[in-house]
Amino acid sequence: MFPVKELKRSLFVSIWFAFLTFPIMVIKVDSIERIVTWRWNNMIFIAIGSFVLSILVKVYFVRKERRAASKKAQTVLTEPFVHRILREPRFLYPLCLACLAFALLFPHLFSTYQTNIMTTALMYVVLGLGLNIVVGVAGLLDLGYVAFYAVGAYSYALLNMHFGLGFWVVLPIGGLLAAFVGILLGFPVLRLRGDYLAIVTLGFGEIIRLVLENWNDFSQGPSGISNISRPGFFGMDLSFAASINYIYYLVVGLVIFTIFVVNRLQNSRLGRAWLALREDEIACQAMGIDKTKTKLMAFSLGAFWAGLVGVIFATKTTFVNPASFTFLESAIILSIVVLGGMGSIVGVILGALALILLPEYLRALSEYRMLAFGAILVIMMIFKPEGLISNVRRRYRFKQQPSSESE
Amino acid sequence: MNFGGIRALDSLDLDIHPGEIVALIGPNGAGKTTFFNCLTGIYTPSAGEIRLRNPETGKETRLNGMKPNKITEKGMARTFQNIRLFANMSVLENVMIGRHCRTHSLILGAIFRNPATRKEEREIVDSSYQILKKVNLHKQVNEQAKNLPYGAQRRLEIARALATEPFLLLLDEPAAGMNPQETEALVKLIRLICREGHSILLIEHDMKLVMSLSDRIFVMDYGKKIAQGSPEEVRSNPAVIKAYLGEDVDA
Amino acid sequence: MDYFIELLFGGLTRGSIYALIALGYTMVYGIIGLINFAHGEIYMIGAFTSFIVATVLSIYGFPLLAIVVIAALAAAVWSSAYGVTIEKIAYRPLRHAPRLSPLISAIGMSIFLQNYVLLAQTSDFLSFPALIPEFAFMEPVAHIVGSSDLVILVTTALVMLALTVLIKFTRIGKAMRATSQDRTMAMLVGINVDRVISATFVIGSALAAIGGMLIASHIGQINFYIGFIAGIKAFTAAVLGGIGSIPGAVLGSLVLGLTESFATGYVSSDYEDVFAFSLLVLILIFKPSGLLGKAETKKV
Repeated sequence: MFPVKELKRSLFVSIWFAFLTFPIMVIKVDSIERIVTWRWNNMIFIAIGSFVLSILVKVYFVRKERRAASKKAQTVLTEPFVHRILREPRFLYPLCLACLAFALLFPHLFSTYQTNIMTTALMYVVLGLGLNIVVGVAGLLDLGYVAFYAVGAYSYALLNMHFGLGFWVVLPIGGLLAAFVGILLGFPVLRLRGDYLAIVTLGFGEIIRLVLENWNDFSQGPSGISNISRPGFFGMDLSFAASINYIYYLVVGLVIFTIFVVNRLQNSRLGRAWLALREDEIACQAMGIDKTKTKLMAFSLGAFWAGLVGVIFATKTTFVNPASFTFLESAIILSIVVLGGMGSIVGVILGALALILLPEYLRALSEYRMLAFGAILVIMMIFKPEGLISNVRRRYRFKQQPSSESE
Repeated sequence: MNFGGIRALDSLDLDIHPGEIVALIGPNGAGKTTFFNCLTGIYTPSAGEIRLRNPETGKETRLNGMKPNKITEKGMARTFQNIRLFANMSVLENVMIGRHCRTHSLILGAIFRNPATRKEEREIVDSSYQILKKVNLHKQVNEQAKNLPYGAQRRLEIARALATEPFLLLLDEPAAGMNPQETEALVKLIRLICREGHSILLIEHDMKLVMSLSDRIFVMDYGKKIAQGSPEEVRSNPAVIKAYLGEDVDA
Repeated sequence: MDYFIELLFGGLTRGSIYALIALGYTMVYGIIGLINFAHGEIYMIGAFTSFIVATVLSIYGFPLLAIVVIAALAAAVWSSAYGVTIEKIAYRPLRHAPRLSPLISAIGMSIFLQNYVLLAQTSDFLSFPALIPEFAFMEPVAHIVGSSDLVILVTTALVMLALTVLIKFTRIGKAMRATSQDRTMAMLVGINVDRVISATFVIGSALAAIGGMLIASHIGQINFYIGFIAGIKAFTAAVLGGIGSIPGAVLGSLVLGLTESFATGYVSSDYEDVFAFSLLVLILIFKPSGLLGKAETKKV
């Protein structure tokens, strides 16, 4: 089945990568001690690894071609398994209940440490869902999403430090402030073409971080703000463990709220306009859709969620500094959306849990975490741009009764 | 209207009265589509006036420099020469997008789904279905737009434009690529739309269709109007014949 | 006055380095319309390669001139190899995908390469050997203009000249210009577009590698993260000049280098990067076509 020509090609690929990675992977110099270490075993790993990978990729493409050839007539997209299950109420409700029960019992089943990790993962679920509105649904590539997260975190840190405002007061303020900043930024930049928009948002994210780092009077610079109060529970002071659990439940609540809202938004007049805008802007405008306003709403809604999570982040760690809000953070959230499947709520949830929990539990992998995130973005774009769970949208299907509601 | 150093649209005055079907014809590259783009706000004309009077309220607005979506709101909708449907959305959804500018629910409505929003959504679906019935696409209501045959896609574009409730409908080569049966159905459809009170301005190369449908015809070449009048007048106008067939024709 | 001249030369040096990187952005953008986000990493890999090669050679006792030449060649060769490989793996399969797909792929590539160097080498700052000697004839002005400034300016000028000749007069240069105007048409008249694109990546990467080596030897230290900031700034320069335009990239780089130099010299050095980023945001908002770029009209 595998001709010699292909083996030769893979051999060439393997030699090429051995050559390519030679200086970086093999040689390691210590310029002070003046020692050179030659790590030839790395070269062997690379050569064998790239040989095997190149064969696998080739096999993948050959099979894909065959499949495409045999299924030419069949253009109907098969709905992902998960979505088919979720469509059936008799599966959907028990499944939701089971998830909810597990989520509620989690702190009682596992240690505080585990609960803490789960809280972080769930925060990324919300961040992913928020960015999903912007990137997945409205098709606006936002590389500075972390800026809005920072706005939320710092608004709680500062309002708490200067005015002693409590968590519950600042939570909506943080969200709204982030949304407001989103509008301020979005207004001028949303007319830009997609790739320019990506770069401008990236630049904006870095500006926010650098300002936080350098404007000492405002943000206390790189050392950050500490001793931020934890949320109160009807005026009671909670023990450390109890407050961890409290924040956990709070985030679970936020996740549910977010899923509910995002789901409703997607199936609304506004959600339709976002999708249409992604397909053809000019036709949209000719149909009377205000391009700027519609995009602005997606952008600021996404920012709103980042702001909310930012406030929670500040209260959870009781400490914020600019180092938490680097471009890499934006890249992680983007990886979640891309891996999970742009536009798919279930996909984003699974993506966030996978990307945040796996490195936590497989400590050996955590070193390779960012390497993997980078690779995920590339691999997903090439092999499965629609994500693990592609979002075959719920279509409005017309049923015969004249007053039927859309599905 | 200039592109770089080229004057695409020089002088053209054209008026459409309520309930009329007016055709704009001319050789390829005469500037017809550019004229459409100026009218609908995709380009901003460097000179001239575009005015639109709403036949119901009698209010007149100057459209120069307005955003395309505002112009659609004022009551002028269009189709595109090279079809611009939302290819991955269903036929019904395409028309529902057309209803966007006549409906209002926003973020809060979407989240709470209050009775007003639900009623509005129902209204959108129902009226979209009615429009699809009119253009005879109601059987394909749940199909993906990109899977429709060419003629049906053109009709869907018309349906989508109608959903914005225009009183002036601009059709850019609606019969292009259609077979004779499809063209015949289209003629009937355009007549029906006109009878329902929409004025129509169309660009078309199919002379049979233009001559049989239009009340008046405008002819342009090199960005200028060269003739206007009833189909008979235009047919026998020497300037028009020259523009279409070249210099050396003596009729 | 001395301070002014010092800042002036500092700005020109900075600008020259930006130009070497910005050319890669602008050439790739001109040909495949992609913001090659991983280009900053190519520059970083160039700096690392030259660092590794130069250190190895100096340990084995090679003379300085040989070290400089071999390190520069190695940096250019390996960076080009990385550039071509990245294009083949991450961009070529996405040539007909929606516009954002290759951009996301490029961002992934950038993160991947950063962490690849981080894991294979080190996360610490490495002190880069001074490859450029202090020239004796520069002694009288050394307090204002360093020898390495001079070398950077001269090298950049020579490289630009070579690039201009290449693009204006050679076969591959003509093919590149044709491809950037209309890829389909270029293919129809028999230009091997894949080869042209690879050549573009080779040239752009080699330029970035030279830039990486020069700046590393000028500043004296490198780490895996230098590509990110330098990449963004070079991209700013390319956009400022008008992305896709080669003279624009050079002009934009010099303008950016000078403004940065004077702003940090006379105002404050804390906000150096903020300044560059703000400039980027402002240009993209108010004049996305840049100084020398052409605005495009959409056809409907």
